[in-house]
Amino acid sequence: MIIKTMHFGEVEIDEKSILYFDEGLPGFDNIKKYVILTGDEGMPFRWLQAVEESYPAFAIVSPFEINQNYEIDLDKATEEYLQIKEPSEVAVYSIVVIPEDITKMTANLKAPLIINTTNNKGKQMIMDNSPYQIKHYILDELIKAREAQEQGGK
Amino acid sequence: MLVLTRKKGQSIVIGDDIEITIADVFGDQVRLGIKAPKDVPVHRKEVYLEIKEENKKAAGTNITSFEEAYKNIKK
Repeated sequence: MIIKTMHFGEVEIDEKSILYFDEGLPGFDNIKKYVILTGDEGMPFRWLQAVEESYPAFAIVSPFEINQNYEIDLDKATEEYLQIKEPSEVAVYSIVVIPEDITKMTANLKAPLIINTTNNKGKQMIMDNSPYQIKHYILDELIKAREAQEQGGK
Repeated sequence: MLVLTRKKGQSIVIGDDIEITIADVFGDQVRLGIKAPKDVPVHRKEVYLEIKEENKKAAGTNITSFEEAYKNIKK
């Protein structure tokens, strides 16, 4: 099906790739269907794009790429709600904010998006007690990750 | 808003499945025990509001910033 996206105009998507956030996201309670769009090859960012409207679309990144030691414990409520049976079913993303001063871009490591790739259900899991920050500066880490990638390729 | 007073050990029931108990009171702090179904999220308000604000900022990220950000990472 064709959807209108915030940044890429009209895009063809496979309905099977639609993700269902039945609770929506804090601030966007009514938007329940999203797809993940990939940008150029090698870009660390992807986009979580609303399906029924062009707004909102969120830049997202894998928190494990930002912080190799990133660990999360899925709370029981999230595990049951998303019907997660195996760790391999789980995809985790952090929402990125890129302000005017792009060196200050941040990722929300405290409230990652948890997706069950088997049934395409998703939710933003808020880890109240986590030491991770809602605004974690990521530019340096992304640059390091890119350099490591390029080194590895040589 | 319903306003009422409870003593330590007393509870409030909301709907059929939510119960809030005053577990302890010390100084200006109150420890609450909350029983709610697994699909009802329960969060400290200020954390929830901050996440909501952050999501709203993220939704407003425009593509030029994004492309610039990417160039910075690429170099």
